[in-house]
Amino acid sequence: MDRAPYMIIGNSVAAVAAVTGIRGTDRERPVTVIAREPHHTYSRPLISYLLGGAVDEAAMLYRAPDFYEKNGVVALLGVEVVRVHPDERTVETSDGRTLGFERLLIATGGRPIVPGDVPGTDAEGVFTFTCWDDARSIAAYVEQEGVKRAVVVGGGLIGLKSMEALVRLGIETTVVELADRILGATFDRKASELARRRLEGAGVSVRCETTVTHIRASRGKVTGVTLRDGGRVPCELVILAIGVVPDTGLVRDSGIRTGRGIVVDDTMRTSVEGIYAAGDVAEAADLFTGEKRTIPIFPNAYRQGLIAGCNMAGGRRTYAGGLAMNSVEVLGLPTISVGVTDPDGEGCEVLSDLDEEGPVYKKVVLKGGRVVGAIFVGDVDRAGIITGLIRERVDVSEFRDVLLTDDFGLISLPREYRKHVVSGKGIVV
Amino acid sequence: MRRIVAHEQYCIGCRLCEIHCLVQHSRSKKIIKAFRDERDAIVPGVQVEESGAVSFALQCRHCDEAPCIEACMTGAMHRDSQTGAVLCDQERCVGCWMCIMVCPVGAIRRGPERHVASKCDLCLGEDYPACVANCPNEAIVLEEDDG
Repeated sequence: MDRAPYMIIGNSVAAVAAVTGIRGTDRERPVTVIAREPHHTYSRPLISYLLGGAVDEAAMLYRAPDFYEKNGVVALLGVEVVRVHPDERTVETSDGRTLGFERLLIATGGRPIVPGDVPGTDAEGVFTFTCWDDARSIAAYVEQEGVKRAVVVGGGLIGLKSMEALVRLGIETTVVELADRILGATFDRKASELARRRLEGAGVSVRCETTVTHIRASRGKVTGVTLRDGGRVPCELVILAIGVVPDTGLVRDSGIRTGRGIVVDDTMRTSVEGIYAAGDVAEAADLFTGEKRTIPIFPNAYRQGLIAGCNMAGGRRTYAGGLAMNSVEVLGLPTISVGVTDPDGEGCEVLSDLDEEGPVYKKVVLKGGRVVGAIFVGDVDRAGIITGLIRERVDVSEFRDVLLTDDFGLISLPREYRKHVVSGKGIVV
Repeated sequence: MRRIVAHEQYCIGCRLCEIHCLVQHSRSKKIIKAFRDERDAIVPGVQVEESGAVSFALQCRHCDEAPCIEACMTGAMHRDSQTGAVLCDQERCVGCWMCIMVCPVGAIRRGPERHVASKCDLCLGEDYPACVANCPNEAIVLEEDDG
């Protein structure tokens, strides 16, 4: 059997980074990329910008059109890998082929959750929102049906970005969230409240502590939803944004160890030699605790893919651990959240500064003299310096009082640390 | 590649580097016009930080392993293949601020006029970066290395 020296399943950020990682070590041997979606490598987070009309289709490409050619990539697009056979070193595809590999990277990302217990999810006008085709289908449906009202189920990041696109399209939107606040997974109560205020100011209706129990339809098309509290919201469009699960179906019962995602060590290798995983599908070590968990965010996916690619090609790099972080604008309100943002005791200390009018809200969470988390709302320009302190586990006891001041900058930090962060190759201070 | 080196012991905090950076990246390229009319539309790619007697001028480090490139979700932030500089293609930037979130130096800022990331571009195409050329005290100097 002809075996691909490097095979990558998936074509998003982790896969692209892996190609880059492989090419950093091996310029010669071909890389095979197999992906379910037919598209050239594209930016997944841009789908909400596409739907809202902020970017056009041409802007969706994440890498230049000649990326595959320049990097010696054989791209099999529109082909789904349905099984991985670790012992045979083969994968089985949806079009009935069996393809061999020497080294394999699984970077399949996540699949959106569709609630099984809600009647009506199969009606026309009900969508999930995680890929390019979703954005196209929703845009076409909005146009064709003249959608005026929409319900977004889920007040997390995907829910809010889809809400934002719908608002841009002039659609009256209701966000339904099961928890008692939106963005509860990444924000604290105050930041959630500021975001909610921004939504309501833009005419978005926010319904917390409830959920959709029934999607109503007429002639197969959505006409509204019924909420748990009995309320009804008429609408012509429903977007399900209740979450994403790692897409591990292809390794089920294969012997490759899985938890919530595919478990990997610090080289991004799975429990099977020569088989790696990276990105939203991977369950890698947490920066703080070392425990394995999935942190499905863009920068981690890139870093993991890069490291996996390097190691697949015989290099040696290790992953320092994942740090949860998100930067998201909510209807023009910039927000950044990093690490532990809403500590539940555990010896954490909180410093915060709030200007309700701005609004500007800044908060850092300290534990044992180190910063373990931060939130920035309204003014995010210095957030990266704090992220650096978190990542490098810098003891901030001596200068903690300046962390939230208006003129906080690199100069606020000890000279040694300053030197460390600005001293790349050839850089001195 | 060219690299800008800061010497904080020579910096007197005059902020001429900021002004000349602004002029260099202005439409008019004229100091009075740029300062008067375009000041609110551009942020300089170099920032002087000051605390008591200490000050220094800081711009993007053009890191060998740039976290902003890794975090950029559109591909706008990229390494220039000719010079090695880290550049933001403003046509592709959508202003998600992921780069700001991960830059440990704080060298990237939100553009005040266009909703895009704004940072040092090393004044590629010029003999010297404007900040270096106009520093009166050689507190920021240009060095070339072969890396």
